[in-house]
Amino acid sequence: MMPDLGTYATEILLAYAVSLGLLAALILWVWARSRRVTRDMDLLEARLKRGANAQD
Amino acid sequence: MASLWEYANPVKFMKLSGWLLPLSALLAAVLIVTGLIWGFFLTTEDFRQGSTVKIIFLHVPSALMAINAWAMMLVASLVWLIRRHHVSALAAKAAAPVGAVMTLIALFTGAVWGQPMWGTWWAWDPRLTSFLILFLFYLGYMALWSAIDDPDTAADLTAVLCLVGSVFAVLSRYAALFWNQGLHQGASLSVAPGTRMDMTYKLPLYLCMTGFGLLFLALVLAGTRTEIRARRARALLTRERAHA
Repeated sequence: MMPDLGTYATEILLAYAVSLGLLAALILWVWARSRRVTRDMDLLEARLKRGANAQD
Repeated sequence: MASLWEYANPVKFMKLSGWLLPLSALLAAVLIVTGLIWGFFLTTEDFRQGSTVKIIFLHVPSALMAINAWAMMLVASLVWLIRRHHVSALAAKAAAPVGAVMTLIALFTGAVWGQPMWGTWWAWDPRLTSFLILFLFYLGYMALWSAIDDPDTAADLTAVLCLVGSVFAVLSRYAALFWNQGLHQGASLSVAPGTRMDMTYKLPLYLCMTGFGLLFLALVLAGTRTEIRARRARALLTRERAHA
């Protein structure tokens, strides 16, 4: 159940919505960058391994 | 006990952070969700501030982490400048966006809280102003990392910037004490005698503060792991081009 926030409901809900939105965006950004760099790294290592095997 | 310096080795750092990251992320999620639900739904109105007191559960933890993130960056920068451990420079780089977002949350929630309590969104109060300058230092720090191609030069220059910005991190913490003329109150939580805050608010606030600390740890570990991988990828690419 929603607590009675009285006349300050707008301010409190705005503070919570924006703060949680910023935290969610930060977490998503860190996670997405981690996935992108890991994927690029895996592709690069696979390419280098193929190159090394071809030279053998 | 293993020396702390062992974790300056990227392989050992990756191994340690491999289990510490999910653990800290899980604990952070549990503590923040519990603290915020408790604070938002189960606390009563303050006799003076009414229901706006519920903003404290976001404002104080984010402000705390805004300053502590810079303190962590300062220590990591000093380790880089003195001992040249790459992991420490990369950890400082990873902490900057997290600290910037924490500072932005502290500034925003402070403004939204200030409007009904002080009658203004913003005042050039010592603490508010030093926090704004700290936020600008975070932006400058990240911009400097992005602007320089050579990672070692970038780490050197950003470490020096971090040392300079530390003055404002300290001011942000103690501004309300240095200049007793602003709108912002002194510390809400203190080990000094005298009750400043009722346990009704203290307990969920402690949960949120611990949760924000663990969230910061998890995000910095994740960011540092990413930076280590990106650095290794750059090294492999350079080696590949040299052999081509």
